Amino acid sequence: MNPAATTSLTLNKVSFTWPGSRQFALQIDAFHMQAGEKVLLLGQSGSGKSTLLSLFAGIISPQAGSIQVAGENLVDLTSSKRDRFRAEHIGVIFQQFNLLPYGSVADNILLPLSFAAQRRKRVITNGSLESEALRLCKALQLPEKILKAHVGELSVGQQQRVAVARALIGQPDIILADEPTSALDSNSQQAFMDLLMAQVTAANSSLLMVSHDPSLANYFDRVIQLEDLCKGGVC
Amino acid sequence: MLVRLAYRSLLARKLTVLLTVLAIAMSVALFLGVEKVRNGTKASFMDTISGTDLIVGARTGSVQLLLYSVFHMGNASNNIGWHSLEEIASLKGVDWLVPLSLGDSHRQFRVMGTTAEFFQRYQFRRGQQLSFTKGQPFGDLFDTVIGADVAKALGYQLGDPIVISHGLVSFSKHDEHPFRVSGILEKTGTPVDRSVLVSLEGIEALHVDWRQGRKISGQTTQADVLRQMDLQPNSVTAALVGTTSPMRIFSLQRAINNYPQEPLQAVMPGVALQELWQLVGVAETALLVISAMVIITALLGMMANVFASLNERRREMAILRAMGAGPATIFLLLMVETLLVVATGCLLGVLLVYLLLGLGQGYIDQQFGIWLQLQMLTPRELMTLAAILLAGACASILPAWRAYRLSLADGMMVKS
Repeated sequence: MNPAATTSLTLNKVSFTWPGSRQFALQIDAFHMQAGEKVLLLGQSGSGKSTLLSLFAGIISPQAGSIQVAGENLVDLTSSKRDRFRAEHIGVIFQQFNLLPYGSVADNILLPLSFAAQRRKRVITNGSLESEALRLCKALQLPEKILKAHVGELSVGQQQRVAVARALIGQPDIILADEPTSALDSNSQQAFMDLLMAQVTAANSSLLMVSHDPSLANYFDRVIQLEDLCKGGVC
Repeated sequence: MLVRLAYRSLLARKLTVLLTVLAIAMSVALFLGVEKVRNGTKASFMDTISGTDLIVGARTGSVQLLLYSVFHMGNASNNIGWHSLEEIASLKGVDWLVPLSLGDSHRQFRVMGTTAEFFQRYQFRRGQQLSFTKGQPFGDLFDTVIGADVAKALGYQLGDPIVISHGLVSFSKHDEHPFRVSGILEKTGTPVDRSVLVSLEGIEALHVDWRQGRKISGQTTQADVLRQMDLQPNSVTAALVGTTSPMRIFSLQRAINNYPQEPLQAVMPGVALQELWQLVGVAETALLVISAMVIITALLGMMANVFASLNERRREMAILRAMGAGPATIFLLLMVETLLVVATGCLLGVLLVYLLLGLGQGYIDQQFGIWLQLQMLTPRELMTLAAILLAGACASILPAWRAYRLSLADGMMVKS
């Protein structure tokens, strides 16, 4: 984590339109997140939550405005620099987990480190890549022997925790989570959220989760409605 | 890690990948097979005659002289007088001279009169000598040695009688003096396989009772009488000449070409064979073009395959993008995958060709007289394989570019 950055994430006067569309998909005046803060962004399906996460991740760029992540304005970076920056500073948990179907658990957990030298170095300083992957698995209550298992052999709950381990490895500055609990019943949801919060805190990362479920609010420092962020009645 | 991921991704799509690899392997095998057959055919053709420094005949084109004297195709424009032949044999630098007399036939095969020295001097496939499957060279005036194809096609065995026909297409037969098979030659892959060889004296003996292409009515000289006669020919069709030193070839050739008593011509077999090969070179080029088209088709198929698989792999690309893989990495990943497929296809194709060559070498030699050597890949073949790899890399550029664009647009949007 960059110690100089006290603000983990800042959006300023951002407008985004999908190519070929005349309407703005997102228009956000301002959004701030402190380093280490855990924020829940609530919104209905199709409200633009995933688009917003893509903007935060630097996968898409706004037509106007600035997006600061860990002290760096993503809009000023070239495409390749944005990719490197994303790999180094951002961990992503998908709604459908999106594990590489042909890889082992270890392959999937270690995947982000292939593109992030600093993150990889942080892991190696504390031990081997495999031992860190194993530590995360244990912390997320996954069996020890799971590392070599094929992701296709895992249960949904196990796949979800592998996706969390992948986002957490190397302690990125910010974790972006896209409705990771949508497929879980309430008991499993609670257990998962407890584990997630504990590990995000241990990694000293910020967490921005988007969801349509207001019952998750208790886990977060702050809850924001996406509608409140957007203006112009478009999103 | 990327190479491992590419490998695992390929394994996950093993059926389509296997089919693509097989298509490329078959194309490469076909291309290399055509190359091997082309080289083997050329080598066999060029090795139809070796160890002979000059072929001498009546003045005509060098290709025509080669065609009628060695390949037994077409006819000589004129003969060489025996006296001229003796003079040539006595020229400085001549080591040996084997006369050839053509003109008669047996069934669909040519009959060639020569001396017993022919069996020692005629060489093919870089110095290989004629050898006998059964029997021996002619000992009697009416002995004949037949080539492997003649024996096989007509089912002849040692001691079987052979009646020689007068001329090439004729109903007149020399049936008063049938020959006897004294030897059957091993397969050579040369026109000798399709020849009936008799002694020069045997040819003369057949024509003792003939004048101007017709049998003298009521005259039949007995075989025993013929055996006692001096049957030195007046003329022959051509002659094979060996020199004492390669340095002598050009001066000897010049001397024969300028022979004052008779219009003669001497050609170097290698040069004439090269000229003749150029005439059939169009077929060679056509073969190459066809096999190149096959490879291009396979590469296009592979490109279509990569394109088709892209849609189902959008999620995979999006995951990699979200994990921090740049467009260049996605581009590289597809390139590495495609190159792995093409390289595996090439390797499999090479192994297939060598396996087929190893298994079929003897059969092809027996059936077609083409000796396909089991040798390392030639620089030309290696260059072709490198070009296929390069073409594979190029063929992956378009799908890789599309993947680059898709992954940018997809980002985290692909949910499942």
